[in-house]
Amino acid sequence: MASRKESGSTLSAGMSSSGGTLDSPVKQIQIEGLVVLKIIKHYQEEGQGSEVVQGVLLGLVVEDRLEITNCFPFPQHTEDDADFDEVQYQMEMMRSLRHVNIDHLHVGWYQSTYYGSFVSRALLDSQFSYQHAIEESVVLIYDPIKTAQGSLSLKAYRLTPKLMEICKEKDFTPEGLKKANIGFEHMFEEVPIVIKNSHLISVLMWELEDKSTVADKHELLNLSSSNHLEKSLQLLMDRVDDMSQDIVKYNTYSRNLSKQQQQKHQYLQRRQQENAQRQSRGEPPLPEEDITKMFKPPQPPPRMDTLLIAGQINNYCQNVKEFTSQTLGKLFMAEALQGHNN
Amino acid sequence: MSVYGPVVKIHPVVLASIGDSYERRNEGASRVIGTLLGTIDKHSVEVTNCFSVPHNESEDEVAVDMEFAKNMYELHKRVSPSEVIIGWYATGFDITEHSVLIHEYYSREATNPIHLTVDTALQSGKMNIRAYVSAQMGVPGKTVGVMFTPLSVRYVYYDTERIGVDLLQRTRVTPSRTKGLTSDLSQVASSASRVQDMLATVLSYIEDVLSGKVTADNSVGRFLMDLVNKVPTISAEDFETMLNSNINDLLMVTYLSNLTQAQIALNEKLRLRPTHYTAIHIYHC
Repeated sequence: MASRKESGSTLSAGMSSSGGTLDSPVKQIQIEGLVVLKIIKHYQEEGQGSEVVQGVLLGLVVEDRLEITNCFPFPQHTEDDADFDEVQYQMEMMRSLRHVNIDHLHVGWYQSTYYGSFVSRALLDSQFSYQHAIEESVVLIYDPIKTAQGSLSLKAYRLTPKLMEICKEKDFTPEGLKKANIGFEHMFEEVPIVIKNSHLISVLMWELEDKSTVADKHELLNLSSSNHLEKSLQLLMDRVDDMSQDIVKYNTYSRNLSKQQQQKHQYLQRRQQENAQRQSRGEPPLPEEDITKMFKPPQPPPRMDTLLIAGQINNYCQNVKEFTSQTLGKLFMAEALQGHNN
Repeated sequence: MSVYGPVVKIHPVVLASIGDSYERRNEGASRVIGTLLGTIDKHSVEVTNCFSVPHNESEDEVAVDMEFAKNMYELHKRVSPSEVIIGWYATGFDITEHSVLIHEYYSREATNPIHLTVDTALQSGKMNIRAYVSAQMGVPGKTVGVMFTPLSVRYVYYDTERIGVDLLQRTRVTPSRTKGLTSDLSQVASSASRVQDMLATVLSYIEDVLSGKVTADNSVGRFLMDLVNKVPTISAEDFETMLNSNINDLLMVTYLSNLTQAQIALNEKLRLRPTHYTAIHIYHC
């Protein structure tokens, strides 16, 4: 294999990465077939409904490619699971995998999603801590429902450097976000994925194809769309509701703020007038009072949530548009078939 | 001791995992072994997961790291509590005497374990994947031996697994064995072209039958009849109305999502303007 650069760091120990990390971010992700199959299996067996399943990705960084060669799943959260249990599980797993020569370097994590809703605070925090410790880490989002509709849906995301800056400083006020000039399109950057198999695995695949029956379900050409559209639109509506509430909150805040500014000016003006009057009458002027203590400025609402909601809405819209374009194509094909019949 | 029916169902992830562990074996090791996990039901055994176990093998002795195997099983159990040890696998073509010893160990872990051999060295030109179950043989009390009886192997997939495997199959075609993920209409197009290919095969078969080259087969004829009848005969106006209403729904949804995206983009632009009136009035006293 090509020469490898190793970035030796473990997330749970919190050590900073030592020597060999690349300065340039990752340009492409290369996944082995084994990882794809494992992720699919994990969701199929352990994920029901809208619960998310998560796991860790292992691999190497080669030049500007991130190669993911193996993965292992995380157990589901139960009530009696303490937090350190997870860390211990991870460490034990990685130690054991090292014994059988599997790459034991953390390069990211994966998560399943329900109809494309994954832009949340939790994801942001996790990805930020991963990317902070290991520069090239990515989060793989696996969409099982879209996959069941006919084509594997696996996307890799990283946080943009701008967003990393903001998260580092934890400055989520409106001024902070404006300074960074960040919009919801610039929160995550998607990295293209390529699937690669070794020769041995290719032989295995050939053997599989030889021995198995032809697939009798071609989900991709299925014409029914209303169910999927309904659910997607439902989620979209919920998000838009959240967004409008957020906007109302923000508007009240800015209205309060401007009202307060006005009061401040009025007060100052009155003060000046009174002082002028007193001077004209020869009395000592009134002491200048501390204005800021009298008019406490209202608390600015954190803007990070708005950004996340906007990003999520954008994601939903993209998914819906992709789905409708596919369905339109299928409908036109059906029309051609029917027209031929008549 | 229950004897399984002669079917072992294997998921593709198991094979990929075995292949991967074989590629990563230690220097000097000629084969790898590992544990098979899965579920048992009355008629068959379903193998859904596996992990490799380090072991040392030489001419006269074999050592397997049992601690490791136990540990790994515990870890795996935390994620999927329904999987149990149902056997073990080894790469390589034959069953050696060492295999008997290892098999004995696994008999302690599971009742009647399955032994799977995967011929990764491709000794017979193909990759032979076989499953065995051990049975006692010989004269009781005198020479007893163990015989491995073969079972039949079948591959099963979950639906999503099938789709994943299809994608992986396509990586075989390109010379660099890589494949990007496509999206949108190109997927529908490729799916349609595959159906077209299948139809072409069927058509050529029909041509052959008609011209007498191939004898007609009744069962195939019945399938063909089903195929042609699958396209429903609806009156043209009904179909038009159905098609139009569907298209209208989809267009409306597209319009709405575009509108929403424009809305949030606008909101973004507004947010980036000054939030409140920060300039203090300069007033004269």
